[in-house]
Amino acid sequence: MSESTFVPSFVNRRSFIELDGRARAQSLLDEGTGKELVGPFDRIESPWLPMQDAVPQADDGCIVMKGRTAGNPAVVISLEGAFQGGSIGEVSGAKMTAALDLATRDSSAGISTAAVLLLETGGVRLQEANLGLAAIAEVIASILSLRQHAPVITVVAGTVGCFGGMSLAAGVSSYVVMTREARLGLNGPEVIEQESGIEEFDASDRALIWAVHGGEQRVGMGLADALVEDSIDEIASVVRRYVLAGKPAQHRSEQVPLYRERIAALDTSKQIDPLTLREQWVLRDSQGGAR
Amino acid sequence: MSEYVGLRGRAWFRTLTGNDQPRTGDPGSVLTADGQVGRETAVFLCVVPNPDSRFPCARDGQVGLEEAYALANRIRETIDDDRDKPKPEKRPIIAIIDVKSQAYGRREETAGIFLAAAAAADAYASARMAGHPVISLVAGHAFSGGFLTHGYQANRILAFDDSGVTIHAMHKEAAARITRRSVSDLERLGHQIAPMSYDVRDYAKLGTLHKLLYVNNPIEPTESEVFEVKQAIADAIADARTGAEDLGNRLNSPAAKETRKASRTVRALMEKQWVTV
Amino acid sequence: MEKIEFDYPAAKRRITKRAHVGVVGSGDLEILLEPSTTEGAHVSITTSVNGFRDTWKSVFDRFFSKFDGATSIQINDAGATPGSVLLRLEQAVEVIEQ
Repeated sequence: MSESTFVPSFVNRRSFIELDGRARAQSLLDEGTGKELVGPFDRIESPWLPMQDAVPQADDGCIVMKGRTAGNPAVVISLEGAFQGGSIGEVSGAKMTAALDLATRDSSAGISTAAVLLLETGGVRLQEANLGLAAIAEVIASILSLRQHAPVITVVAGTVGCFGGMSLAAGVSSYVVMTREARLGLNGPEVIEQESGIEEFDASDRALIWAVHGGEQRVGMGLADALVEDSIDEIASVVRRYVLAGKPAQHRSEQVPLYRERIAALDTSKQIDPLTLREQWVLRDSQGGAR
Repeated sequence: MSEYVGLRGRAWFRTLTGNDQPRTGDPGSVLTADGQVGRETAVFLCVVPNPDSRFPCARDGQVGLEEAYALANRIRETIDDDRDKPKPEKRPIIAIIDVKSQAYGRREETAGIFLAAAAAADAYASARMAGHPVISLVAGHAFSGGFLTHGYQANRILAFDDSGVTIHAMHKEAAARITRRSVSDLERLGHQIAPMSYDVRDYAKLGTLHKLLYVNNPIEPTESEVFEVKQAIADAIADARTGAEDLGNRLNSPAAKETRKASRTVRALMEKQWVTV
Repeated sequence: MEKIEFDYPAAKRRITKRAHVGVVGSGDLEILLEPSTTEGAHVSITTSVNGFRDTWKSVFDRFFSKFDGATSIQINDAGATPGSVLLRLEQAVEVIEQ
């Protein structure tokens, strides 16, 4: 007599967050199809970090992997959150833009090539300041070009989250996938506390941080598309689904009248309760949600 | 330095359009007006301080939620109105920039300012991709998220050459604090490392700037200086129309060939290694 | 920041693969290990922590006492302990000996 043993799914779940940037990229491409481009052995490092006694990384913290996802041509661009906080420098930004532009070139020629962006980043790398900022402007432009032809899927898994200028990259993406652990926003809690005071945002209040920036909130209020477990299989599955779905009829960042209305309706006399935005922007929306 | 933030933007907007009031339905911080440039009408946009803003963190010239969506709306309106015009007749869009930063507030983060900023950048880029020449004139400060939202998607960027103009990723004081250096050390570093400099002449070395404009008193320009600035804008518009609708020109400028060699190497190598399918 | 170089001329066994492991994160390092272009093995270290040349030397003396591959090893280090360095080296060797 055999007895089936109940094994809770989290026991077998393999963590995506625990993987480094390269392994994350590999995990999203069909087996055997991944080819790294401008990888560490090409040694295109930051020209600016060594000038400031900072040790460079051979891939400048950006991994570009070309291959297939769900059988479709795709490029995965993965930021290494452990290197300089995943921040964007001249080289890492250039790698992102180049990969997006080549995907656009192929897509315009009839070979639809999706881009998957794994964003673990605080934004501009301060040691490269204006080149980091310029690079981010160019990344945003290249996403906007590509998404006319093929979907651009941003995944924010944590632990760094997606902040600074790169949050605009998430904002213009076709789809945004987040774990509960992940956070997405323009300014992080420390920056808000620094600039506007502890009353405005207490950066030590972890509950507040996730209530405002966390994955469950962003998906709950309609600013991200899918909330996933920290599971390689689940994240890969959701990414495949969006690659196959193709570009949406309208992108979130194009929905200006909708969001202007929502902002106009906000009661700004006091701080906004994040949960009420879930209520007002998604649950009550008779038009079928923020997409 | 920072006491003039917003003043120079408003001054130049008024000088170039004869106007300095927001349009009905827009917040007091966003100015939109038609202005003549050469023989055509262009749409001018500017973000200015609004002490009466509903958002406490967006009263000093920061680009906040209302500002970003108002910009996006006016730009999309322009795109829609010109939709059936042939490309050479699509109105130029001129962004006058003098912004303190993005808005740093909890309301902003809660309501998703990242998406508002994205929507404005999207609108500017969409206008550019539709064939509208988009020109940015940095009249004062252009920092970080504020500049990404309002101006950095332009075909051509112009800036005044004086100490009141700063383009950067983070204010000196905050950058000094985070990198654990003194402000004077940071300034010194900027002289050696062009991308870190707060001096607009060093910014010009990066190759993204189309032209530096010389005006003796930027708050009170002379008639001939205004004429020259208008001419520079007209030239930038004409130049934009001869080029592509992407930002590729930024890496092909003479300055970029010197200062952004690594970016160019990356692009060439990735193209070489790329596999289609 | 410090640059340190070592040579191990006795490490002559021909290697055909290359390996990349690690990340330049706080307390970690990245290693690029490739077949050597000259005779013997050559080590090149860029580290954010100055003044530990002797420690690096003993780590590599120990490593090359057991490993004889003619390799070119490049390290970008952000303050890893000797134990972590040896661990990463072992990971790299595992990749090339597969």
